[in-house]
Amino acid sequence: MPIAAEGVNYVYMAGSPYETKALDDVNLTIEDGEFVALIGHTGSGKSTLVQHLNGLLAPTSGRVLVDGQDLADKGTDRRAVRFHVGLVFQYPENQLFEETVEKDIAFGPKNLGLPQEEIGRRVREAMQKVALSYEELAQRSVFELSGGQMRRVAIAGVLAMEPKVLVLDEPCAGLDPRGREEILGLIRRLHEESGTTIVMVSHSMDDVANLAERVIVMEHGRIAMDGTPREIFSKGEALRAMGLDVPQAVELAEALRARGIPVPEGAYLPDEVAQAVLSAVGGGQQNAG
Amino acid sequence: MVNQQAESRIITDGLSYRYPEAERDAVSNVALHVRAGEFVCILGHNGSGKSTLAKLFNALYVPTEGTVWVCGMDTKDDDLVFDIRQHAGMVFQNPDNQIVATVVEEDVAFGLENNGVPPQEIRVRVDEALAAVGIKDKAKKAPHMLSGGQKQRVAIAGVMAMRPSVIILDESTAMLDPSGRQEVLSTVRRLNQEEGISIVLITHYMVEAAQADMIYVMDDGKIAMSGTPRQVFSKIDEVRALGLDVPPMTAMAQTLRSAGLAVRADVLTVDEMVEEVCRLQQKG
Repeated sequence: MPIAAEGVNYVYMAGSPYETKALDDVNLTIEDGEFVALIGHTGSGKSTLVQHLNGLLAPTSGRVLVDGQDLADKGTDRRAVRFHVGLVFQYPENQLFEETVEKDIAFGPKNLGLPQEEIGRRVREAMQKVALSYEELAQRSVFELSGGQMRRVAIAGVLAMEPKVLVLDEPCAGLDPRGREEILGLIRRLHEESGTTIVMVSHSMDDVANLAERVIVMEHGRIAMDGTPREIFSKGEALRAMGLDVPQAVELAEALRARGIPVPEGAYLPDEVAQAVLSAVGGGQQNAG
Repeated sequence: MVNQQAESRIITDGLSYRYPEAERDAVSNVALHVRAGEFVCILGHNGSGKSTLAKLFNALYVPTEGTVWVCGMDTKDDDLVFDIRQHAGMVFQNPDNQIVATVVEEDVAFGLENNGVPPQEIRVRVDEALAAVGIKDKAKKAPHMLSGGQKQRVAIAGVMAMRPSVIILDESTAMLDPSGRQEVLSTVRRLNQEEGISIVLITHYMVEAAQADMIYVMDDGKIAMSGTPRQVFSKIDEVRALGLDVPPMTAMAQTLRSAGLAVRADVLTVDEMVEEVCRLQQKG
């Protein structure tokens, strides 16, 4: 279920004094099974772009194709597309409303008109995927849960629709370190074990470095960079000029190079940089001795 | 005790708090102090009691057992509540939930008006507070047109206008993007260093905590660890067991040490790591 954006423009509040071009000629293709991180300064167009990926917003001009079907075509079953491309909003736990965890997760599948048995299977499976115990929690009120658990219930609600593509807008915002670790682990498992395509909006460069296979950088509604984490994070200066950070490992690699300590270009993972330090300094000690 | 109270902004002794009908204490037997001009950080996973503790610091909650003194005033004394809140101002998590007015400077003036401060004095204090947080140019703006970081600075200005001794920030950077977080943190550090205001920062970001003078780690309502950032974060295993993390460079120091490289265990920042590596290279 590849997703393609072709020449997508989107204008907020057209004709008013606050008219803003949120997307400006965006072209991209996301293939099956990719793990894409979408980064950019607040207001760069990330959230607007992700809302185009399942037809929640329609381009002012240009088109979005999901599995080759134009979302704007009259013949396209937009409802069906929306089931295949699951969108997890920021702070999704704010949208929980049912009496019990089970009912909340079942809400989507129920609206699909699925048989009771199938709904039950999907709820159990979704809860298992987000590591919530069905026996323990299914009949509890969502409001008795911790923040991290509530967020996982919200994600389970999207997973119960069995999407092929999962789009997450800052899934770790506001969580404590343990909660972040749980959510990131869950996203990684969905990608590795179920082959789900992942599009993740994130402000944490360390999370992006650890997880993503491809990084798309947005600025002023345009795609400013598109490449592997190695390619993107080797352009520290350009990222900083856009008001973005680089992972601390990259910062260290740059600073060490400036002091004459060789660190391979493109090293961006903590272990890579640590290895370079060991061979530079450890090796230096042996030679000097 | 009297002397200690004079130079400490907040002192707690045997402090416990239990929510009505709860089976156990949310805060349990906590003893700590926040000195004049000190920058204190409180860490702990969700549910560890951090926010309850913060609310005990400015008399939003009153201790079930033990005592909290704010600038020498016992928070159990009803007559002192307004004085206590003026001395210990609080900034909350959600920038959209703490702004009440439709113009920035009116929002900053809100607390002063409620306290019956004369209009001329309000003008002076609002201008001062807006300048202190660096948003004087936004005085006439509508708060909803500001960024998250700017909104939080408006909230801090509202506290500053009361001329507080301590500012308590309860996860005030949690909902901001990296540049907004940076904005709020550098504002807070400046108020601490230049105006001598004590800071109590509650956060989930270890890089922010690394800038504090003193860290208290909460777990199960109790203080599980305390010390300078170096002392606390160099105990990586203990910190992780409490559901927290350490700054990335502290983790890298551990990786390098376990591979036999003699870097210090208490490295906190990239600059310190660079110095350590260069020191070892020259030695070699």
